Amino acid sequence: MSDLIRLSAADLGERLAAGEVSSVEATQAHLDRITAVDGAVHAFLHVDTERALATAADVDRRRAAGEELGPLAGVPIAIKDVLVTEGMPSTAGSRILEGWIPPYDATPVRLVREAGLVPLGKTNMDEFAMGSSTEHSAYGPTHNPWDLERIPGGSGGGSAASVASFEAPLALGSDTGGSIRQPAHVTGTVGVKPTYGAVSRYGSIALASSLDQIGPVTRTVLDAALLHDVIAGHDPHDSTSIPDAWPSMADAVRRADVAGLRIGVVKELDSDGFQAGVRQRFHESLELLERNGAEIVEVSAPHFEYAIAAYYLILPAEASSNLAKFDSVRFGLRVTPDGGGTVEQVMAATREAGFGPEVKRRIILGTYALSAGYYDAYYGSAQKVRTLVQRDFDAAFANVDVLATPTAPTTAFKLGEKLDDPLAMYLNDVATIPANLAGVPGISVPAGLAPEDGLPVGIQFLAPAREDARLYNVGGALERLLLAEWGRPILDGLPDLSTHELLATEEGAV
Amino acid sequence: MARAELMDYDQALELFEPVIGLEVHVELNTETKMFSPAPNPANSKFHGAEPNTLVTPVCLGLPGSLPVVNGDAVRSSISLGLALGCSIAPSSRFARKNYFYPDLAKNYQISQYDEPIAFEGSVEVELPNGRVFRVPIERAHMEEDAGKLTHVGGSTGRIQGAEYSLVDYNRAGVPLVEIVTKPIFGAEADAPELAKAYVSTIRDIAISLGISEARMERGNLRCDANVSLRPRGAEKLGTRTETKNVNSFRSIERAVRYEIQRQAAILAKGGTITQETRHWHEDTGTTSPGRPKSDADDYRYFPEPDLLPVEPSPELIEQLRAALPEPPAAHRRRLKAEWGFTDLEFQDVLNGGLLVEVAETVAAGASPAAARKWWTGELTRVANAKATDAASLATPQQVAELAALVEAGTLTDRLARQVLEGVAAGEGSPQQIVDARGLAVVSDDGALVAAIDEALASQPDVLAKIRDGKVQAAGAVIGAVMKAMQGKADAARVRELVLERAGNGG
Repeated sequence: MSDLIRLSAADLGERLAAGEVSSVEATQAHLDRITAVDGAVHAFLHVDTERALATAADVDRRRAAGEELGPLAGVPIAIKDVLVTEGMPSTAGSRILEGWIPPYDATPVRLVREAGLVPLGKTNMDEFAMGSSTEHSAYGPTHNPWDLERIPGGSGGGSAASVASFEAPLALGSDTGGSIRQPAHVTGTVGVKPTYGAVSRYGSIALASSLDQIGPVTRTVLDAALLHDVIAGHDPHDSTSIPDAWPSMADAVRRADVAGLRIGVVKELDSDGFQAGVRQRFHESLELLERNGAEIVEVSAPHFEYAIAAYYLILPAEASSNLAKFDSVRFGLRVTPDGGGTVEQVMAATREAGFGPEVKRRIILGTYALSAGYYDAYYGSAQKVRTLVQRDFDAAFANVDVLATPTAPTTAFKLGEKLDDPLAMYLNDVATIPANLAGVPGISVPAGLAPEDGLPVGIQFLAPAREDARLYNVGGALERLLLAEWGRPILDGLPDLSTHELLATEEGAV
Repeated sequence: MARAELMDYDQALELFEPVIGLEVHVELNTETKMFSPAPNPANSKFHGAEPNTLVTPVCLGLPGSLPVVNGDAVRSSISLGLALGCSIAPSSRFARKNYFYPDLAKNYQISQYDEPIAFEGSVEVELPNGRVFRVPIERAHMEEDAGKLTHVGGSTGRIQGAEYSLVDYNRAGVPLVEIVTKPIFGAEADAPELAKAYVSTIRDIAISLGISEARMERGNLRCDANVSLRPRGAEKLGTRTETKNVNSFRSIERAVRYEIQRQAAILAKGGTITQETRHWHEDTGTTSPGRPKSDADDYRYFPEPDLLPVEPSPELIEQLRAALPEPPAAHRRRLKAEWGFTDLEFQDVLNGGLLVEVAETVAAGASPAAARKWWTGELTRVANAKATDAASLATPQQVAELAALVEAGTLTDRLARQVLEGVAAGEGSPQQIVDARGLAVVSDDGALVAAIDEALASQPDVLAKIRDGKVQAAGAVIGAVMKAMQGKADAARVRELVLERAGNGG
């Protein structure tokens, strides 16, 4: 395995800037890695080798010409298929968009291109970001590089797995109820959901407009911060994007210091409902922070227990409307019933064939929740719960600087284990959903491996809206402290994927 | 219902009280669309563009696209709301109206639902008989237009039975303000006239504000008319129908009148009115049922999560209020005095919905009398023959140009009428038509004299009479000369010359 793919994005950026390596070399190394391991991992739905190398060559030329380039210029990046990419397929994991080539770039994609990053391709995801395992992709599941029999989390399992398996140093994800943070938790990577409105949603194929947020998926907190600095900022194409300027997140990581930091532990999310090893690593991380000057305080968020119920009304309601545009008239799949049909029949046949079962389930839920006569009881009540969850956050942040929770209840479960039990699947997001409902930012940082199964565990920090820098401070500090304890990054413990196919063949031969 | 089965209008009014409600959609003429930077085809600069050329990912509802509110459209909507005497909401919201239709790119329309930008106003409407009526306004809200469908194949031109349909998304996202009246009581027999005069007044307001091209034939202004009847003495309102596709002033009046007569005929026979949308057919002067409409229509409205509430500052509202033109009634009184029209003359203008046309024609340099004469005379005659509005046939600039040509003696009234026909047929400006058709008055005396001499020579008896001092005999010669000149001569000048030639010849 080339050493180039082991580098963090920050380190690779420095070596590119120093002229020790070219972007074409770095890009080729990652493309080679994808060729070697993606057959087993299936993190990518589409790899654009030609364009990636052309982009890399262009960055190299610009650098040679003395052009001033950003810290991530020339660094490869994987892009979740929920973001539209000009000239590159964008399916959101759905059959209904198979073959569609968007005519425009999503704003975060445009920004990474402008910063000189090199898009490698598009990563797998649960269809329209509906899921916690990437098993709901119409194009087959992604496998967790820690254990290929297990899920990589979802919906952004492809982005997390690509970064964890060294196919890309960076990835873009989207987080509607935990789709960046939960995959980070189960793959030993870093995932950040910025404050709602920090990153433009323009060009992000909408799941739930009031909950969706684009964010970084990386192996280090500094890398997440560097990518965050590239993609955050006001976008006139997104009315909900925040107009204010942001401080540098990378600076927050470099100055990370938890002395005097008040960390609130949400007692409702520190319960028996969480796997023992997950809780153990969570508490060890808190103790480590405490020993280094942080103050740990217990706080209560009494309405968090209603968050999932509210979320599963608001999300389907918005999704049922957002997904109405997939009607075969202007783009994507068109299925005409035998012998032709009216426009309604063609729309129905297309949606029947093009949407998977989880998407249909949520469209039906959402349509019902918005129906006259049920609106107040369902959508209306859910919005009230949303307000109560926001108040819980306000009350908590009046006393503490950040909140801490385990990112998800369990380590990576087995593929297929929860596929037939939607409710069990939904419960994966119990700790991540409140942040989306309140619009506050969250980060998941690796906290170690669970003793019982040796699989990665994440710890989540949450901060008040617009205080994303606090997450990079506490996350960066914990990462440094844990690295000192472990002596090596968590992903050094990843099984050797390049021999996987060989091993499988040998096993089969026995 | 065939027209013969309708109840006589006067009888219908004896038995029933008509209650009407009007929904007028005004397309704003902003440079760009309601939620996208695409050029707005309701602005004349972009009118008539090739299909699907005025579109962005937002207009097409492409995955990932997001709406952004057009600030100019909000300001226009506030101005319109203020001109209608409405209160302006300090905070109003957009909502999604969800339904599947191929002309609706996202399969939801962004509209305003429970929080419109303007509410509770009224507008003064003057009827042709001089009666002034105050129409109560319930609300005015912002929304986006849908695309345009063209159904190919099939006999009806409707989506049912069509082989296939073409969609033009140029209109998708055009900014609209929908103005909704409260139920209008007490118009009685004037209800059809009131409906027409109300829409005409809305048009005058939109034009005076400069917020819309307000051309009905282009769909800049569209009216849906709700009509219900209740038996005399009853308190409960009758079931209403909503007639759509009423796209000229004259059809508004006719459609309301038709619905009153149709519903009265049904009710008088003990039948019931179905609550439904009906389509107006200009050719037959009848309405036919569209899709049944009931309160069970479920559009699953919910607040548009992609947009923030619209919160105009009090300063902006006051600034727009201060910039409002004078109210329509005062405006009309002032114009009538300025123009020196009699009551009858002015009513003629109002009745034709031609106030704006006459005003703009005067502004373009014509005398008020000439402006009135051409609009309410020849153009209205041609419009009636074509079953359309005079305003759709010519622009004020064209009429002013015509009046100037008449004033200069280039055209006689008779020639001017021919030129107007050419204008109405879209042949170009009056001067272009004069040139193309060779319609100018022959002002070359030489040509006239030659024709006169020829006429006098062929009618020696007439010549003798003139020489005897029987000047009225010259009429025959003048007629012959005008005929020879194909009407392109100034009759007064011909007369002068005839007398001169007859004298000289003697």
